[in-house]
Amino acid sequence: MALTADIKGGSENEIKGGAGLLVSRPFAFIGRNALGWINRLGAAAIFLCMAFLSTIGRKQLSKTVQQIYYIGARSITIIMLVSLFTGMVLGLQSYHSLLKFGASGAVGSLVSLSLIMELGPVLTAIMITARAGSAIAAEIGIQRISEQIDALHTMRINPIRYLISPKITAAIISFPLLTAVFDLIGILGGYISAVVLLGLNGGVYLHSINTYVVMSDITNGFVKSIVFAIIVATVCCYQGYFAHLRKDSHGAQAVGLATTSAVVTSCVLILVSDYVVTSLLA
Amino acid sequence: MDIPLIEFKNVTKRFGTKTVLQRVNLQIYEGQITTIIGLSGSGKSVMLKHIIGLIQPDEGAIYFRGKPIAEMKKTEIAAAFAQISYMFQGNALFDSLTVYDNIALPLRETTNLKKAEIDRRVMNRIEQTELSEAIYKYPSELSGGMQKRAALARALITDPQIVLFDEPTTGQDPVRKNAILGMIAQYQKKFNFTAILVSHEIPDVYFISNRVLALYDRQIVFQGTPEELENFDHPFMDEVISSLESLQKELTGLYSKRQFKVLNHVQLEHRRKPNKVSHVQIERRKSGESYCVVVFTLSDLDAIISNLGYDAAQEAIHSMGVYIDKNFGTIGGFSMRHKSNEIITVLPFSNLEEAENILKNFVNDFQEQGLRDIWTETQNQASADKCVDFVIRAGVAQGQPIDEIDSIIQSAKSRQTEIGRLHCAAGE
Repeated sequence: MALTADIKGGSENEIKGGAGLLVSRPFAFIGRNALGWINRLGAAAIFLCMAFLSTIGRKQLSKTVQQIYYIGARSITIIMLVSLFTGMVLGLQSYHSLLKFGASGAVGSLVSLSLIMELGPVLTAIMITARAGSAIAAEIGIQRISEQIDALHTMRINPIRYLISPKITAAIISFPLLTAVFDLIGILGGYISAVVLLGLNGGVYLHSINTYVVMSDITNGFVKSIVFAIIVATVCCYQGYFAHLRKDSHGAQAVGLATTSAVVTSCVLILVSDYVVTSLLA
Repeated sequence: MDIPLIEFKNVTKRFGTKTVLQRVNLQIYEGQITTIIGLSGSGKSVMLKHIIGLIQPDEGAIYFRGKPIAEMKKTEIAAAFAQISYMFQGNALFDSLTVYDNIALPLRETTNLKKAEIDRRVMNRIEQTELSEAIYKYPSELSGGMQKRAALARALITDPQIVLFDEPTTGQDPVRKNAILGMIAQYQKKFNFTAILVSHEIPDVYFISNRVLALYDRQIVFQGTPEELENFDHPFMDEVISSLESLQKELTGLYSKRQFKVLNHVQLEHRRKPNKVSHVQIERRKSGESYCVVVFTLSDLDAIISNLGYDAAQEAIHSMGVYIDKNFGTIGGFSMRHKSNEIITVLPFSNLEEAENILKNFVNDFQEQGLRDIWTETQNQASADKCVDFVIRAGVAQGQPIDEIDSIIQSAKSRQTEIGRLHCAAGE
């Protein structure tokens, strides 16, 4: 009898324990992930601070210039192509929409403000993430798994100073410049579709830009692009630098996943921070 | 003995649930070449990474010149590690930089030397490591051997006091392996740095090592000279050394020192009691079975190194060994490399007269063909189109079972005469 009672008691406990687990498991999952995110965010912040502290130095200039060429100059073609068609689509859509309200004269201001305040910084950041950010994550990841970063340690060369800092500095310089290029070519694209193709008066298009675009719109766009530069460069460098610590994979696969993770995280953070920065600037 | 340069006291390292090093104790002394031997994956590289500070121990302490590293100030640690250079197993060359830039990197980034001085030092190292052809090539465009030499040049560019070599000869052919080991030994003598090697190249590393550390089952089971290791009675010897020596014979055609000693004794097989496990016990030869030892010496190895390079010098001694082994192997003799330029052949069950006749026949063939073969092979590996005079000498001595083989070798060396000479002016 006693044995039966024990078994029964045990089963009840198991059921209670099982139910308890069922209830607590989702919270534990959310808590674990939240803690993981906070940890990674903290690590990335320290990583960024260390990179900033290593920015200045006699030997940093040439490396930074080299990275500006790689991140900035070599991205110009793709930025120009994307911005031209973005501007053309904007010009086309806004012309037809505004025509319904008899306000086709505002096409220029609509295209330019959309580009300068929003699309320019965001699309530029996303395009650079796809082109240079993924390459940065892969390059640093390969250097990590092939012990090149360990080799720097043994040669008493600070890897963050040597590899990371020039990339972050170069991104901060390149992003606003590329955003400016994007804005200009985009406005030109809008002009081509609205004025050249649809017959809007060119003077009206330019006058509208001159009237409605103010300096604060342009500086706000540049502030955003600097924020995006810091986010993209830090996330991509961080993912590559710690590719060897990934728990989901090892070796070349870890580098591949680090690169994917770098691009996805950067894009998500660009959009999230866009809202935050816009709210703050407004 | 002096205070060890580096000392491990009860060092334990775990990766997750796997314990790689367990209560490891070892001492490494200044100015010596210390070699760590052990099976692949036994934790040798982990041990080296502890020394350079890339990995920290979970338990125990590492001492640098008698002081625990964990208790040192940051500046002291930086000063200690500034004396150390590391050559990685996978070379860890920067694949986006040329050979020149890879070698120049530590000087550019950690010193304030002028461009001309950096250039002079880098070019000097490039010449010493025979990389002149590869100077503007990227690592991916180089052979495995050249990549190793580039990594070696980078490790030595800052003139470090301690150099850690993680498998410096992995992936090299037997000739290049010995060339790299020879290069390490020569640089160690020249610059007097402390070298710590991780290597599988048994017995080749013995020729250059002052001390050997054996890592087995997560612990250091032996510390001592290569000669002391020969007499070390431990499962490590059967499991690790024997397997590596068999591979060595397969690759080079020459026996290792240990195999040589075993062959020079009679093996008696005893069966242990009921479990039928056979046990090999080595005993001396029976009295009355005399044998002879022939010692061959390539007298001008240094001249070959300085004129034709390390690879050519190693090829010269290697092809000489192959030729000797081919000739004496067919009549039951067995050979081994004794020093960097010496090969010893034992002719079992023979007296002095017989041995001298065998050597006489060998000398005739050697002068007709052997010398020519050695020179051809040497030229194939030469870094310059030069001719170098060299002399090969040989001497025979007879031994009895009661004699120590070392004394017979000395006796044979004292009786050496010239058996062949390559004379450049005469063509041979």
